[in-house]
Amino acid sequence: MTEYNDLIFEVSQPGRSAFSLPESDVPLIDLTTKFPQHLIREEPAELPEVSEPQLMRHYTSLSTKNFGVDNGFYPLGSCTMKYNPKINEDVARYDGFAAIHPFQPVETVQGAFELLYELQEDLQVIAGMDAITLQPAAGAQGEWTGLMMIKAYHTKNGDRAARTKILVPDSAHGTNPASAHAAGFDVVEIPSNPNGTVDLVELKKQVGKDTAGLMLTNPNTLGIFEKDIIEMAEIIHEAGGLVYYDGANLNAILGQTTPGMMGFDIVHLNLHKSFSTPHGGGGPGSGPVGVKEFLIPYLPIPRIEKQENHYVLNAAYPDSIGRVKGYYGNFGVNVRAYTYIRTMGPKGLRQVSESAVLHANYLRKRLEPYYDTPYTQYSKHEFVLSGSRQKKQGVPTLNIAKRILDFGYYAPTVYFPLIVDEALMIEPTETETKETLDAFADALIQIAIEVEETPEMVLNAPYTTSVRRLDEVKAARQLIVKHTP
Amino acid sequence: MNEYRYLPDTAQDQKKMLDALEITSVDELFSDIPTEIRLTEDLPIPQAVHESALIKKMRRLAAKNATAHDYTLFLGAGTYDHYIPSVVDHVISRSEFYTAYTPYQAEASQGELQALFEFQTMVCELTGMDAANSSLYDGFTALGEAATLAVGATKRSKILISKAAHPQGRQVLQTVANGNDYQVTEIDLLNDSTNLTLLEEQLDKETAAVVIQYPNFFGSVEDLAAIKELVTAHKALLIVMANPLALALLESPGKLGADIVVGDMQPMGLAMNFGGPHCGYFAVKKKYIRKIPGRIIGQTTDSEGKRGFVLTLQAREQHIRREKATSYMSSNQALNALASAVFMSALGKEGIKKMAKLNIEKADYMAKQMENKGFLLKNEAPNFNEFVVQLNAPIKEINQLLLQKGFIGGYDLEFDYGMENAMLIAVTEQRTKEEIDQFIEALEGITK
Repeated sequence: MTEYNDLIFEVSQPGRSAFSLPESDVPLIDLTTKFPQHLIREEPAELPEVSEPQLMRHYTSLSTKNFGVDNGFYPLGSCTMKYNPKINEDVARYDGFAAIHPFQPVETVQGAFELLYELQEDLQVIAGMDAITLQPAAGAQGEWTGLMMIKAYHTKNGDRAARTKILVPDSAHGTNPASAHAAGFDVVEIPSNPNGTVDLVELKKQVGKDTAGLMLTNPNTLGIFEKDIIEMAEIIHEAGGLVYYDGANLNAILGQTTPGMMGFDIVHLNLHKSFSTPHGGGGPGSGPVGVKEFLIPYLPIPRIEKQENHYVLNAAYPDSIGRVKGYYGNFGVNVRAYTYIRTMGPKGLRQVSESAVLHANYLRKRLEPYYDTPYTQYSKHEFVLSGSRQKKQGVPTLNIAKRILDFGYYAPTVYFPLIVDEALMIEPTETETKETLDAFADALIQIAIEVEETPEMVLNAPYTTSVRRLDEVKAARQLIVKHTP
Repeated sequence: MNEYRYLPDTAQDQKKMLDALEITSVDELFSDIPTEIRLTEDLPIPQAVHESALIKKMRRLAAKNATAHDYTLFLGAGTYDHYIPSVVDHVISRSEFYTAYTPYQAEASQGELQALFEFQTMVCELTGMDAANSSLYDGFTALGEAATLAVGATKRSKILISKAAHPQGRQVLQTVANGNDYQVTEIDLLNDSTNLTLLEEQLDKETAAVVIQYPNFFGSVEDLAAIKELVTAHKALLIVMANPLALALLESPGKLGADIVVGDMQPMGLAMNFGGPHCGYFAVKKKYIRKIPGRIIGQTTDSEGKRGFVLTLQAREQHIRREKATSYMSSNQALNALASAVFMSALGKEGIKKMAKLNIEKADYMAKQMENKGFLLKNEAPNFNEFVVQLNAPIKEINQLLLQKGFIGGYDLEFDYGMENAMLIAVTEQRTKEEIDQFIEALEGITK
């Protein structure tokens, strides 16, 4: 069979179509009688012209060149690529959720508000917070929303001019410093100690009257629980700062502890990670934010509230940071997360974190003899290996990632966190079988052996994917970002 | 047996893994969490529900909402009830697409990358711009990013935005500006359009950009050519927030001089979803390619010379640039971008024009019918698929009565614009002549 590698524009033929629209049942209009000539489009947009079967074959062919969790193991660290339940997909497509307009009278969408309100309540207790907003579209927007609230809080206290700095550990996700910057703060990086946790001595050195807050992921991106968290929170609070929890790694602690108990004031949650909603190849996600009671006035508006037996929108919060996104957030994603939480219940969620953590530790144990492990304490939901041993043998980590693709797995996150040389960050999640973990370990072990015996095998990978190794430098240099006929 | 169907560990699996770790209980793996912050009881959330019972529960919850299938919808204001070909949902339901992550490993993600490359091409075609990213959260957040780009590129500190831009878009922009410490000034209206005299008065050497919605919130088509002249005189940038469907027939913002074009793809293949997820798009003139926020797909070749696609210009992004990134935004709305790419492929060059034309004609018919019946219409500029009608009672009350007759009425302009008794009506290709006539009749019955 001939391989199909065409762009949709390349299979287009004038005169074909894949739509069905009725003829107009109202009088036709000559556009030139309605619009001034210069506002009428001169050249049509060159969209493809294909038949419906052609269209389906095109996109089906593309789908076969794409790897999702349903294709196989996806150990992408910090991304929590767990199984995406099918009931969630069905429910989100019910007319009562998908075919409703955000500006309908509130009494006609009480079911939608009931769902959102209950989800707020669930996430509130899961995070140990006092209120939740569902407006942020994703984790990074949740971070930014939280930082805007930190800014509003200090402004309200007359303290904003002095409090210019957000402290961020050097192991943090890149979105932390980026969102702090977008909220108008300066970023101070706090180094990690040899155990992979925040260096308390350094933290104390940096904390002061100019501290607006600290952003922290716990467990951190090395998969290590910051066991000094209570003391850290106290240090920041005593200095008048607020403590922000990056919820990217919440899967590790579901039902075990809460950010609220740890002393955090603000939390964002990634529903597309811990709460099973699909990543969709990059989105849509959902990034609700929770706060302790004293920060409720700053939450985005409008808020969804319950009055006796009905739900209302309330925008009467004069100290609110305002609106961060259109409408009520990514509702369709929130429907999926709600369905997941109802499927699992409290015991199920607790079993999620137990299995996720057991899987990570077991997989690490199997790989320890073959790859460097910079940190030796128990991991939580993920762990970081270093490919420095393999690099010394002439095979940098990127090649290991490419070689794994040939075994039918997606690759771990590589070169992150930045504080680990040649990092391989592995997060197996709770939804994989022990057989899968073992087979994946066998594959990584075989690759370690290949690095020693047949390094060119690894250096030239991948072999089995729809394309071989792609030239990223060329892509950035020639910069072709659209098709030109 | 494990009672949770997503969790595969059997008691034996667990024991084998614990044995390998030389521990006796999973609890030991959590021993580094201080006891005083360990939960000792179950989270106080409802107990697990079995699949059939949960489906029943979720159906009941969904049934509490009045849908666009149960009622005839004349409500738009940024979110529209449009035709979505069946193929759209079939493509995005392929789990190779929806269960994938951001395509970091390009070799295993060519399907997604190529589809998004095609999406970028289609966005450029519609907007008349040189480059587009692979989507942002929604149209309003895309607007915020566009303003921030303009402030950075011009090193100026003020954004002028027309009051005829979506109220929520203006609200989001204000929040973004508060974060980045720049100023936003709203330009008042002249009837249904941006007041160009006021715009000219406000333009100065601190103006980074002017933001115009096209067609604007009231459905009216702003004269971008005239606005571009004013903007150019002050060396500011022109940001256009456009309904992509309207661009099938309206001159492209790129051709009329826009520097950045943003908007939401919702009208093109995305369900209303109670306001989200939708899909922001972001397109620029060549000069600003390296300042684009979000993810961009680029074409390249593999080691054997075969065409392929990768995430490119990643040096702009947070995981590399951290606080110096062009934007804090990490994820996008890739699956929805895919949906709208499928939509644009299905409609194609001719279909999209036909659909846009149906929108204009239906709205035109409805407006003329209403005028004939003595209703007062407020639009003076030519409109796309929305228009404003002045009624004689509060819209909230009128919408209650319309609901009883099976209609979801238009948007109440009182709260955002202080326009009492004024309703913004949307008419898409989904509305038939019969439905339009019935709606007008119902409205007559209520208001006369």
